[in-house]
Amino acid sequence: MSLARRIIPCLDVDGDRVVKGVNFIGLRDAGDPSTLAVRYNREGADELVVLDIAASRDHRPTFLETIRRVAGELAIPLTAGGGIRSAEDARAVLRAGADKITLNTAAVARPELISETSLEFGAQAVVLAIDAKKHGDQWVVMVRGGRDSANLDAIAWAIQGVALGAGEILVTSMDRDGTKSGFDTALTAGISSTVSVPVIASGGARLPEHFAEILTGGRADAALAASIFHDRIQPIRELKEFLSARGIPVRLPC
Amino acid sequence: MRITLLDYGAGNIASVEWALQRLGAESQRVATPECVATAEALLLPGVGHFETLIRVLNEQKLRTPLCDAIRRGIPFLGICLGLQALYNASDEAPELTGLQVLPGRVRLLPPIAKLPHMGWNRLVLKNQSRLLEGIDADAYFYFAHSYAAIEQGEETVAACSYGTEFVAVLEKDNMCAVQFHPEKSGEAGARVLRNFLRVCG
Repeated sequence: MSLARRIIPCLDVDGDRVVKGVNFIGLRDAGDPSTLAVRYNREGADELVVLDIAASRDHRPTFLETIRRVAGELAIPLTAGGGIRSAEDARAVLRAGADKITLNTAAVARPELISETSLEFGAQAVVLAIDAKKHGDQWVVMVRGGRDSANLDAIAWAIQGVALGAGEILVTSMDRDGTKSGFDTALTAGISSTVSVPVIASGGARLPEHFAEILTGGRADAALAASIFHDRIQPIRELKEFLSARGIPVRLPC
Repeated sequence: MRITLLDYGAGNIASVEWALQRLGAESQRVATPECVATAEALLLPGVGHFETLIRVLNEQKLRTPLCDAIRRGIPFLGICLGLQALYNASDEAPELTGLQVLPGRVRLLPPIAKLPHMGWNRLVLKNQSRLLEGIDADAYFYFAHSYAAIEQGEETVAACSYGTEFVAVLEKDNMCAVQFHPEKSGEAGARVLRNFLRVCG
């Protein structure tokens, strides 16, 4: 008996609106967070991720209110992140109704943030988000919404993050993000085969075949996408039926 | 009947509240020994570290009224860590004593699979269950944990298999507990909570 592979829609949020862009730029409005949450909850999503892409201090109260509104609608797990710089920030996000937090730029700047939050809230609540970009024969970690290189090898950083207490890795291929050309299978498999925690693959999804490939050859435990779900290009129910027909264990909605 | 939620600071108590609200049940958060002692039905939610939970129960003098309430036979539902706390001890914090309502020890799942055991998994039914009444045998539930009660007792009504078999649902008179998160397990989870509300009468 095996764990179902998870399909996770992601809401990139700026204040109280869902936005989207290509290669982390060119944002445009894509709807109301709680309306989308209700839809995904009903359509059989296994989890929901909400990311504050602006991640500014000024917008924090609005983002926490968005988490509350989204969490109140969900009977599935909610992961929230963007701009979490301390255990205090993490607590506010969890108390607002999230089950897990994502750490990204702040964890690169101060890796102890991973152990602090893991000890306090449990490893199952701490997701290390890694934005990776291909550079020669390796992938480097990008920070600040993909603007700057952290001069870190993505696989080495994933290993270190898990050693510090991260309970899950969310790896986004910045080369594939928004391109709809498929997930980065090599990057995801490279991380998933070296760490002992579940790995969520993100960036580049378009076709059901892309999901099947990343959940098998890419060794991902879960696959995340945004616009193809928001725009109803790929209904979640049909995607899961497609995967199930190929022998990939998924939770089929009633 | 009003459901009393034990609020010990950790744990995502709001999710449980929202789930109960969706079912039309009334609940209140409490954190004092007096409120636990007078509760008609108790729910112990749980996310986080075994040590955090046990320390708070000890420091806030909640241990005795909680154990008394369970032994008195009021409807009780433990979720995740709320199940693990019922046992004698846990390898997650070996120096601390659990609630000792059930014998045995909570252990780390074998590292032959990825840990935490995080995601949707199915159950292996062992005994007739009130909590699982009306739920498809192949339904999925959401788990997020690394430790589990491996030794099954007569109170085990369903197990789950991940690296090894462990206790997923236990029922002993009015004492119920689940290792998964019913408040995060979609329709099937809502049905488990509704079944618990029926135990509450």
